[in-house]
Amino acid sequence: MSLMKHSKMKYSKPIVGALAALALAVGAASALAADKVKVGFVYVGPIGDHGWSYQHHEGLKALKAKFGDKIETTHVEKVSEGPDAERVIQQLAAKGHKIIFTTSFGYMNPTLKVAKRFPKVMFEHSTGFKRAKNVSTYNIRFYEGRYVAGIIAGKMTKSNTIGYIASFPIPEVVMGINAAYLGAKSVNPNVKFKVIWVSTWFDPGKEADAAKALTDQGADVLFQHTDSPAAMKLAEQKGKFAIGQASNMGAFGPKAQLTALVNNWGPYYIKRVQAVMDGTWKSGDTWGGIDSGMLKFAAWNKAIPADVVKLAEAARDQISSGKLHPFTGPMKKQDGTMFLKAGEKISDRALSGMNFYVEGLDGKLSK
Amino acid sequence: MDLTVSIILGIIIAATPLVFAAIGELTVEKSGVLNLGVEGMMIVGAIAGFAGTIESGSFTAGIIAAIIAGAMMGLLFAFLTQTLLANQVATGLALTMFGLGIAALWGQGYSGKSLPTFPKFAVPGLSDLPIIGPILFGQDALVYLSIALVLGVSWFFARTRNGLVVRAIGENHEAANAIGYGVVRYRYLALMFSGGCSGLGGAYLSIVQTPLWVENMTAGRGWIALALVVFAAWRPMRVLLGAYLFGGITILQLHSQGLGVDIEPQILSMLPYLATIIVLVIISRDKVKAKLNAPACLGQTFYAAS
Repeated sequence: MSLMKHSKMKYSKPIVGALAALALAVGAASALAADKVKVGFVYVGPIGDHGWSYQHHEGLKALKAKFGDKIETTHVEKVSEGPDAERVIQQLAAKGHKIIFTTSFGYMNPTLKVAKRFPKVMFEHSTGFKRAKNVSTYNIRFYEGRYVAGIIAGKMTKSNTIGYIASFPIPEVVMGINAAYLGAKSVNPNVKFKVIWVSTWFDPGKEADAAKALTDQGADVLFQHTDSPAAMKLAEQKGKFAIGQASNMGAFGPKAQLTALVNNWGPYYIKRVQAVMDGTWKSGDTWGGIDSGMLKFAAWNKAIPADVVKLAEAARDQISSGKLHPFTGPMKKQDGTMFLKAGEKISDRALSGMNFYVEGLDGKLSK
Repeated sequence: MDLTVSIILGIIIAATPLVFAAIGELTVEKSGVLNLGVEGMMIVGAIAGFAGTIESGSFTAGIIAAIIAGAMMGLLFAFLTQTLLANQVATGLALTMFGLGIAALWGQGYSGKSLPTFPKFAVPGLSDLPIIGPILFGQDALVYLSIALVLGVSWFFARTRNGLVVRAIGENHEAANAIGYGVVRYRYLALMFSGGCSGLGGAYLSIVQTPLWVENMTAGRGWIALALVVFAAWRPMRVLLGAYLFGGITILQLHSQGLGVDIEPQILSMLPYLATIIVLVIISRDKVKAKLNAPACLGQTFYAAS
C-alpha cells in the first residue's frame, strides 16, 4: 500500500529532539518494574492536534484501561519524520520496550532500520507498506466510512453541491474522494462535488479559507481530508453541514457535524499487545474496516431524517458484513475507460494505488 | 457578483494577519534589528487572544491580551539581543520555538472551545451600498486597524522626527549613538511594537479567521511576513501590497479550483509565493533605491561602549 497520509513534515522542529529525549528519560525513570510489558508509541503531531495523533493516543488510553498495571506505556509526541524519528525509536527499543507503535507514514524506513538492530523487539508501523519479520503494518479502511458519509451528504445537500477539502493527490486521498462521491451519487444522481486541494495536512487558516470558498460557491455539505477542525467550525458559523475527520469534531460544530469518521485504534492495539503477552505475535498486515471496529462513526446529527439514517446504517452494515463494497463494477474512470467489470470488486492492490477519479467527478486530478 | 464580493472579503481576511505581522517586522528591521521570531510572537498572540476572549467574554479584552502577550515576546527578544547582546538570528529562531511551545502549553485547555462570530464594524448607511458597501464599509474593526497601522508606520518613517531617528539607528547605530540617540531604548520600543503587531496578527487568525485554537495554527505565516518585508524592500505600502497579493492569490486559487479551472493544484499552490515575489521584486528592482532602503545595520549587534 502506498498510504501516504503522514508523509509530512508538519511538526518538524529542532526542539523536538530535546523534548523527545526528555520524554524518554521521564518514561525510563518510571519504568523500573521488570515484569511489565513495555509498550512504546511515537506520534508525529502533538496529542492536542484533535486529529490523527490525538486518536492514536486515545488508543494508548484504551490499552491502559484494558491491561492496567500489566503494561507500562511510553509515548513521544511531535517527532518529525527524519533522523529524529530513528533516534527516538532506537531509544525506545534500547530502553526495553517489547512492542513499539510508530504512527506516521514517514516513520517507515526508520522503523525498519531500528527493527533490524533489535530483532527481539516487535514493531508496528501505521499506514506503511514495508514489513519485516518483526515489523507489522496496520491501517484503517477510511474509504468505507467516506462512502457511508457520502450517502448522508448526498441526501442532506439542498444545493446538490458538496465541497471537499483535499490535501495531496495520493491514493489514500483520491480513494476517499471517489468513495464519498460514489456514496452520494448512489442516493442523489444530481449531486456535484467541488474539490479544493490545499496542499497541506494542517493549516487551519487555509483550511478555513478553502471551506469559505466552497460555501461561497454553493456547497452546503463539506468533507475534509485535512487535519484541523477549521472547516467544521466554518460550516457551523455559516449554518452548513460537514463531515468530521479522524476525531469526533462535534465540539467545533455541534449543529454542523453530520457525523465524523473516527479512527479507533484501541481494539487493534489491545489485540497486538495481547499477542505479545501470549507470545503469539506475528508480523502481518492489517487493513481494518468497519467490521474490525477500527473505524467508527460519531453519533448521527439529529437533523438527519430517519429514512436517511436508515440508508446510511444499511450501507454501514452491508459494508461491515462484506455484502457491499463501495468499489464494485461496472465502474468507469473519469475518462470513460472501464476499470471494473460488472459485479467485480476492486482488489486491495488496485485500491491502494488508485490515482484517478471515477466517472462523474469534475475537475482534473493531477498525477 | 455576490461571489466576487465574497472572494474579495475572503482575500481581506486571509491578508490581514500578514499585514499585522509584516508591518511590525518592518518597523523593527528599520531600526536595524532582525527578529526571526515573528512566528513565535504570532502564535503566542493567537492563544492569548483566544484565551483572553474566552476568559473575559470580551473580544476587546482578548485583543488587548494578544497585543500584550506579543509585546512581552518582543520585550524578551529585546532583553536577550539588546541588553545581553545575544546573536539575533539564533535568538529569533529560539523565540519561534519557545513561542510554539509555550502557546501549546498554555492552549491545552482551549482547543475545542468556541467563540462567537467576530462582529463586523458596519458604517451605517454606507455598508448597504452594492458591492463596495460590504468591501469598503463592512469590515471588522481589526481590518481597518491593520490598514491604519500601515499608513501610520509609513507616515512615521517619512514625516516624523522619531521615525527619522529610528531609521538613522538602523543605518548606523554607532553614529546615532555618538550624537546621543538611545539606540537600545528605541530598539526596545520597536521590538515591543512589532511583538504587539505580530500578536494581533496571530489573534486575527484565532479569533476572526478560523476562529478556533489548535497547536501550531499559524502554520508558517510568520515566515511569510518576514519574507514580505524583504521583498517589499522595507517600504510600508509595498508590504501592504505584498500581503494582499499573497492573500489574494491564495484565495483566488482556492476559488478557481472550486470553479473547475484546469490547472494542476500544485502549481496553483505555488502561485501566491511566486507571484508575490515576482511582483515585489519587479517594483523594487531599482538597486540603488533598494540599497538605500535596506537598513545597513540590520542584524548587527550593537556594543554601546564602542
